[in-house]
Parts: sequence; structure tokens; C-alpha cells
Amino acid sequence: MLTVFMTKAKAKIEHLGDSGVDIVESSGRLGVFLFNTLSRLWMYRFPLEETIKQLLFIGARTVPLILISGLFTGMVIALQFYDTLIRFGSVDLLGAAVAMSLIRELGPVMAALMVIARVGSATCAEIGIMRNEQQFDALDCMAIDSYHYVMLPRLLAAIVSVPLLTAMFDTFGIGGGYIVGVLIHGVSDGAFLVGMADTIVWNDVWMGIVKSFLFGLVIMSVCLSKGFYLHIEQKQSGAVGVSQATTQAVVLSAVLMLFVDYIVSSLML
Amino acid sequence: MTSSNKNIIEVNNLVTHYGDRQILNGIDFSVEKGEIRVIMGGSGSGKSTLLNHMLALLTPTSGSIVIDNVDVVNANRKTLLKLRQKMGVAFQGGALFSSMTVGENIKLPLQHHTKLDEHTIDIMTRLKLELMNLAGFEDLMPSELSGGMLKRAGLARAVIMDPKLLFFDEPSAGLDPVTAVELDELILKLRDAMNMTIIVVTHELESAFKIADRITVLFDGEIAITGTVDEIKNSKDVRIQNMINRRARDEHLDADEYIKRLTTGKN
Repeated sequence: MLTVFMTKAKAKIEHLGDSGVDIVESSGRLGVFLFNTLSRLWMYRFPLEETIKQLLFIGARTVPLILISGLFTGMVIALQFYDTLIRFGSVDLLGAAVAMSLIRELGPVMAALMVIARVGSATCAEIGIMRNEQQFDALDCMAIDSYHYVMLPRLLAAIVSVPLLTAMFDTFGIGGGYIVGVLIHGVSDGAFLVGMADTIVWNDVWMGIVKSFLFGLVIMSVCLSKGFYLHIEQKQSGAVGVSQATTQAVVLSAVLMLFVDYIVSSLML
Repeated sequence: MTSSNKNIIEVNNLVTHYGDRQILNGIDFSVEKGEIRVIMGGSGSGKSTLLNHMLALLTPTSGSIVIDNVDVVNANRKTLLKLRQKMGVAFQGGALFSSMTVGENIKLPLQHHTKLDEHTIDIMTRLKLELMNLAGFEDLMPSELSGGMLKRAGLARAVIMDPKLLFFDEPSAGLDPVTAVELDELILKLRDAMNMTIIVVTHELESAFKIADRITVLFDGEIAITGTVDEIKNSKDVRIQNMINRRARDEHLDADEYIKRLTTGKN
């Protein structure tokens, strides 16, 4: 009985070691991938045409989703803050509270989550299928650099798009807060707007910009590298491999994004 | 390291592994300029691995591969990029980019490696499409093409830069007999019209006998024979005769080993 227990315990510990090695290898690959991709910025000409195409996919086509989710997020935050602030007779602070929470925190995080859901998963699946169908081998054989032609435009487009999408999310969120606070619950619009303008300082906006820039970088590099290294990291090939890589990419990019969020907040507050 | 003037490809003592498993076991192999060389062998014989090493997509355990006087194993990125512009590769499934039209796929190498204007590139693309009997298909997406058309589109992309050397992976696999014959004729036409050296990896006997100047047959990671079609047909090697006459391998089965394999799952 004891031997069986010992064997099982040993197997578990060994498995733990394997997982540790996998995590270290995966992190190393992500670092190498990011370096290789960014190094193409000075090795080749700027991939303008491809970057514009990706800006359309990652940025412009995500706008409707961002506007709708931003509006409802602002509305629900305003509702929650209104319910809390009215108990303390501080309802005049509603505009400042809504704007502050959106600009510093909720805007970058929610916009990034929307980008992961709409763009990150699709990008990882697309890159994974390209790997499965030997399209990267074909690019290599045509002497076309995969990092420059496929990866760099997507990464740059994400880095540019996520801050812009975050700004739109914030704007529509504040609009949603205005609708709930001023139009539905009768808070004074002067108090709402002036309170907001008096409270928000440049540092709050700057924090949102830094966060969303880093979120774009983290999300896209994780999703691209998970698809690109599909043949190395996934035990199963084909559709199952693509599906597993996509799930891992979505989960990992969301967790890393929240980790970066905490680090930036703790450094800038 | 340089290959002799006569040979465009020279592979010496190539040993490769996937993890602990040895795939190629000291392959020596050379291809003359202007010839059509067919590499044959059953599944797992190492023919696709040999092809991937010649394309510098994999790094061998040991040995050397010299293509057009370039040592591809030790070449730096720049040298390899230059060499690859002289090579064309047609992949088994076409490997076309699904987000682009057929025409955009085919003109991609020209857009990247030449300074030709868009009008000239369009004309050259249409010329290659005509050659592959795909005229008028340039605006379709790859998903709208049949298997044979995908292979021909992949071939059009592989030859758009008029390469000296063309690699073709399994041209006949999964095609109906008529389309397979059309592709064989296309390969012959390309060699004659453009004086290319062509390496074809296939397991289709009929196709190999029709197009090959010489055939190399691989078994279990080693070259069993290299010779002309007649030399292959007249080979006394039982494995070659089994392959030609489509006979199953006569494997000796040890009863004890078989029982051990079934009960333990290990060899």
C-alpha cells in the first residue's frame, strides 16, 4: 500500500517538474518570438500595407463591440456608484467616480478583454492553421520572412489599436454613466461634468494609455506565438491542436494582461 | 564547400533524428543539373524528411547538404534567402494562403523579390496560370479550388520566379488518374521549357516511371538504390520488387516478441 502511495506521489512530483520545464520553455519561446518580431523593425522596411490591413481587422472592425460594451459598462458602473453614493449624500461625485474607474482601470481591462475575445482567439487559430497547412514553410521557401510579413504587422496593429479602442471604450462608458446618472436618476449635469473635469488629472489618463499599450503588446504576442509554435507546444496536431492552442492563448493572455495591470498600477499609483 | 559542376545537389552522410528516433541513416545523394529525380519509398522511409532537409527547414544531426554551391546546413540567413530565391517548392496541399486570392498568392514572390511594376507582375502571373491551365481563376479564393487545381496553383507560385531548382512534394497524391497524368505532363513540360532541375517526392509508381530520369528509393532511412527507370524495374532487391509489384512486406514474426508486445505495449 505504502509502495503504491510512494509511486503515485513520485509520479505527481515528476509531473510537477515537467510542468515547470514546460512553463520555462514556453516563456523563453515567447521572449525569443517577441525579440525576433520586433527586430524586423530595423532589419526590413516598415510593413505599412500589411499593418493597415491588420488595423482594419484588429482596430476598425472591433469598434462596434467596444462601443456597445463600453456603453453598458459605463451604465452599470454609474448605477452601482449612484446606489452607493446616495447613501452618503455624495451623489455629486458620480461623474468623477465613473470617469476615474473607467480611465484608470476598467476601460483598459475591458477593452483588452474584448480584443482577446474577438481578435486574439481568431488570430491564434489563423496562425495555427497556417502552421498546420505548411504555410510558414512555404514562406520560408519563398525567402519571405514570416516574422516580418505575418507577425510584425499584427503586433504593431494591436499596439496601436488597443489604446485607441480603450479611448473609445472610456468615452462611451462615460456617456453611459451620464445617461444613467443625469438622464435617468436626475443627478445635476453640471456636477457630473465639472466633478469629472476637476478630479481627473493627466496622470490618470497616462496610466490608461500605458496599460492599454502594454496590453496590446502582451495579448498579440501571446496569441501569435501560441499559434506559431503549435507544432512544438501541442501534443496533438490538426484541429485539436489548434483548439488547444487557442484556448491556452486566450487564458494566458488574459492572465498576463491582469498581471501587467497590477504591476503598472502599483508603479504608477 | 562546393558541389561539382555537374551536380546541383550533393548530400553527404546525412544523419537525422526526431527526438531519440533516427530517421535518416547516413544518406549520400546527388542530383545532376537539368535532371528529374524522383525520390520514392513507403510511409516512414524518410523521403519527406530528406526533402525538408534539402529545403533547409530542418537541421540534421550530422552530414552536409550542398545546393548550387551553398552549404545549406551552415549557411547564414542572408545566403539562404538568396539561394531560396533560385528554388521553387510545390507543397503537397498547395500551402496557399487562404486569406488571399489565387492570383495574389502566385504573385507574392515577385512582389517581394523584384522591383517590377504591378502591371508586369499581373502579366507574369497570368502567364504562369495559363501554363498550369488555370487561366481565369486568379480572382478565386483557394477554398474555391479542387485538390488538383490547388496543386497546380501551388506549382504556379513555385515557378513564378523561374527557379533553377524545383521541389515537388507528392504531386499525384489524392488526385484522380487524369489530373495526375496532367500534372506529370506539366512537370515534363517545365523541365523542357525552362531547363529546371526537378526533385519529386512521390510514392506513385506510374507517375515516377513516367517522369523520372533517375529514381532514388529509400527504405528505413537508407538509400536502397538509385538508378534509371529500367535499372529500378530490373533490380534484384526483393524490397524493390515488392514495391513495384505491390506485394506486402514479408516480415518474420517472433511469437514470443509478439506476445510481449501485446501484453506490455513495448518492443
